Amino acid sequence: MLRTAFNAQRRTFATQAAESLLPKKYGGRYTVTLIPGDGIGKEITDSVVEIFQSQRLPIDWETVNVTGGEDSKEGVKEAVESLKRNKVGLKGIWHTDVSRSGQGSLNVAFRKELDIYASLALIKNIPGVKTKLEGIDLVLIRENTEGEYSGLEHESVPGVVESLKIITQYKSERIAKFAFDFAKKNGRKQVTAVHKANIMKLADGLFRKTIQTIGAEQYPEIVTKDIIVDNASMQAASNPQQFDVLVTPNLYGAILSNIGTALVGGPGLVPGANYGREFAVFEPGSRHVGLDIQGQGVANPTAMILSSALLLRHLGLNAEADKLSDAVYKVIKDGKTTTRDIGGSASTKEFTQAIIAELNA
Amino acid sequence: MLSSRLFARRTAFTATRSYATNVAKYNGVKNANGNYVVSFIEGDGIGIEISKAVKKIYAAAEVPIEWESCDVTPIIKDGNTAIPQAAIDSINKNLVALKGPLATPVGKGHRSLNLTLRKTFDLFANVRPAKSIEGYATPYENVDTVLIRENTEGEYSGIEHTVVPGVVQSIKLITREASEKVIKYAFEYARAINRKKILVVHKATIMKLSDGLFVETAKEVAKAFPDVSLDFEIIDNTALKVVTKPSQYNDVVMVMPNLYGDIMSDLASGLIGGLGLTPSGNMGDKVSIFEAVHGSAPDIAGQNKANPTALLLSSCIMLQHMGLEQYGERIQKAVLKTIASGKENRTGDLKGSASTSHFTEQVIKNLE
Repeated sequence: MLRTAFNAQRRTFATQAAESLLPKKYGGRYTVTLIPGDGIGKEITDSVVEIFQSQRLPIDWETVNVTGGEDSKEGVKEAVESLKRNKVGLKGIWHTDVSRSGQGSLNVAFRKELDIYASLALIKNIPGVKTKLEGIDLVLIRENTEGEYSGLEHESVPGVVESLKIITQYKSERIAKFAFDFAKKNGRKQVTAVHKANIMKLADGLFRKTIQTIGAEQYPEIVTKDIIVDNASMQAASNPQQFDVLVTPNLYGAILSNIGTALVGGPGLVPGANYGREFAVFEPGSRHVGLDIQGQGVANPTAMILSSALLLRHLGLNAEADKLSDAVYKVIKDGKTTTRDIGGSASTKEFTQAIIAELNA
Repeated sequence: MLSSRLFARRTAFTATRSYATNVAKYNGVKNANGNYVVSFIEGDGIGIEISKAVKKIYAAAEVPIEWESCDVTPIIKDGNTAIPQAAIDSINKNLVALKGPLATPVGKGHRSLNLTLRKTFDLFANVRPAKSIEGYATPYENVDTVLIRENTEGEYSGIEHTVVPGVVQSIKLITREASEKVIKYAFEYARAINRKKILVVHKATIMKLSDGLFVETAKEVAKAFPDVSLDFEIIDNTALKVVTKPSQYNDVVMVMPNLYGDIMSDLASGLIGGLGLTPSGNMGDKVSIFEAVHGSAPDIAGQNKANPTALLLSSCIMLQHMGLEQYGERIQKAVLKTIASGKENRTGDLKGSASTSHFTEQVIKNLE
């Protein structure tokens, strides 16, 4: 009985995933939710707003100022409602305070509420940024709504805590399809599932098997591989060039995206996006709040600007997206006006102006 | 039974002082010949060659140790993977063992032998140092991390079930008891190696109760170690920072729950050139097992090509644990000197041309 229901559900899902639910356009313009978030969020989203304005891009921002520092369930609700209207957003990172108990991470709540299940980080060397290793070009696709981030925990007796990791076939399938579709559309050759199925035989076993099955049955043209997470981390540090598309459950994705971020030069350089069936939210791929450099005007907005280029592409504004990312790469490669994190001395504003000048050139 | 045990631990928790002084302490005594006896699990594949190398070097360095060979080829006992009783007896008697790589038995129902060893002897902490090796440059300079991993619970509790078809729950179990034990060990280890900083790596932003308990326990334990500082870091940040600039961890001892420790310790190995250069120790209250964490490499087994470095370096932590650190330092120096001395003295995995036996002779020559 259950089996049949499950299959039926799967069928509908597969066809729906192919549909494109693009945001509506009014008077030739899109309204996009803008959530600056905490830390350097305001500075780097300001940079994007300034660039978009200078280029007269057909985007109107609906800004939602919510911070993770206060009791802000209401704020998240506001952000969610704005996104439900606009379908697409650009977001900084909310800070989660460890000491504040009884309330989950706003970032996680937000992703779950909108069911933006696939998180994407594009980890690629940027010419002009000196790094230890060259030739890295990998895409990290991370399941965003279950796994270790289920939020289901309890204290059975004092001093004994259980935390549930949930892996479902349904969610593993949809992340698998997302990963393979992404690979196919972007001319990638290989999808590698990251897991710890030798220990978590059922949970990670299900994830691994699902990725393998979807790959073999529906995407024979793409090579499907798998790797144990500890080995993946070691390989990422020593030989990351071997990876193409990595697909991971929630937690492993968090760790690997940070290793990848370190490899290509830091959190200021890695763009990212979160996709659901209906909504898409673009945010830096390595989710760092940057509290330490907040308000100093020195943050590198590259990750956010490149994320906004992904946003443009999502809206079908491909020419504008290409032009923007080319300008960013050009300014970094020239090396005259770059931010401190990659060895320059320019402020966020100066770097932004250099990009605008390049776009207008 | 469980509740009474917990209750007992509770009381013990307040009496921190007495417990703290004897976590994973070696209590071995010398035999009639004036030597300590150590169980030696030579292992499979290249394990045989690299174990021979270790024995030769120990003999040359006149380390007061006698080896007792120990076969752990698993048997199935009451449907579970088990270690032969003779091996258990040997290790329980000698309190310390050195272990080469074991081939993983293929087939379902076999629990990994490493896991079986950990459970059998309640090896609650895994010590994993990673230090850059001169003569084998990697893109990462000046790595010198020390990581301690909780070894018995967390994400590796082995408690999993399928709720309905297609929905699996896997339970991460964090207890105050196990957390306290491994964190205390970390503090003591920090003192022993003279690093006066503990860094707890966690993800309590997301797993507020489970990782939160680990964090809270660390704060409690720290009270008994006023000379050692305590700091915390989210695992995301540690992953980012250790790859960006590993040397910023050169003065701390990191301690973390099981899965994070598994991932981060292999990441650290990746920074210095792989598992072939990484020592490891598994510590229990009574027994400790030191091992090479690399595989048994059946493809080069018996060809005199294997690199015994990881097993040698593991044995050096063992010597430190046994209070024989002067021998450990001497052997470690000789190993590092040999690797740094040139291609002709390094094995193939380090892009050298030396055989196992040539490498071994050179290490002996370099013993000062």
